[in-house]
Amino acid sequence: MSGQLAYVAAAYGLTIAATLAVTGWSWWTMRVAERRADDVRRK
Amino acid sequence: MHIYANPLKFLSIARPLTPWLALGGLLLAILGGYAGLVLTPPDYLQGETVRILYVHVPAAWLGMGGWLALAIAGIVQLVWRHPLAGIAARAIALPGMVFCALCLVTGSIWGRPTWGTWWEWDGRMTSMLVLLFLYLGFIAIANAGEERGSVSKVAAIYAIVGAINLPIINRSVVWWNSLHQGPSITLRGSTIDSAILWPLWLTLGGFSLLFGAIVLMRMRAIIADVRSEARLKRLAAR
Repeated sequence: MSGQLAYVAAAYGLTIAATLAVTGWSWWTMRVAERRADDVRRK
Repeated sequence: MHIYANPLKFLSIARPLTPWLALGGLLLAILGGYAGLVLTPPDYLQGETVRILYVHVPAAWLGMGGWLALAIAGIVQLVWRHPLAGIAARAIALPGMVFCALCLVTGSIWGRPTWGTWWEWDGRMTSMLVLLFLYLGFIAIANAGEERGSVSKVAAIYAIVGAINLPIINRSVVWWNSLHQGPSITLRGSTIDSAILWPLWLTLGGFSLLFGAIVLMRMRAIIADVRSEARLKRLAAR
């Protein structure tokens, strides 16, 4: 039983880590790009 | 559809929509994940490992759905020359590839205790691996093109042709002998007991909304980059 739960934990852990990573990366690149666009527009 | 060809019109909808999709998706995914881990009973055959279903199935759905969206974007780009189609395709490719990889990894983690092997070269797993390589190829072709923000015609055609793999993945468990179980959820209903099934709808909905939020964020970043470059070029030309 506990052996099975280790596989479940691994699957959940990887999914959460990858989803948060791609979401966070997308949010950060969007923020940087939109701030840069605002700065460039003010020039 | 051409009403939204103007990036400003698109942004006026995407900006308020992004946080709602992200927060709604996160909430549903957390609720579904919690229910799948705590509230549902173990399966009488698979035991606790059935809980991997709640992250594996959404990953498979988004890996395949992502490519379907790429192919649709390719058609829209080639036929209607919609300016946002190429941007959407570029934005979809990375999260699609990530969820396709997650499907393969979580499936492998499920396979070890259930089948006794991490990997088997059967129709379902091999065709899903082909989809991962198709994503890698699309990203390489899209980045190799000179189109800023959009993707080349070659990439759009590649996305459309690559969609032939989707029915192969879907029907692989019917066409060939496979370790993978047959289709559990079809248009006619589900063979999964409702006591185990209901959190799956929550994680499917939650991860789908998150996928939408990721795509919108990436589209907004691409549009902002293109506008910055265009503005800088105009300034340099003065």
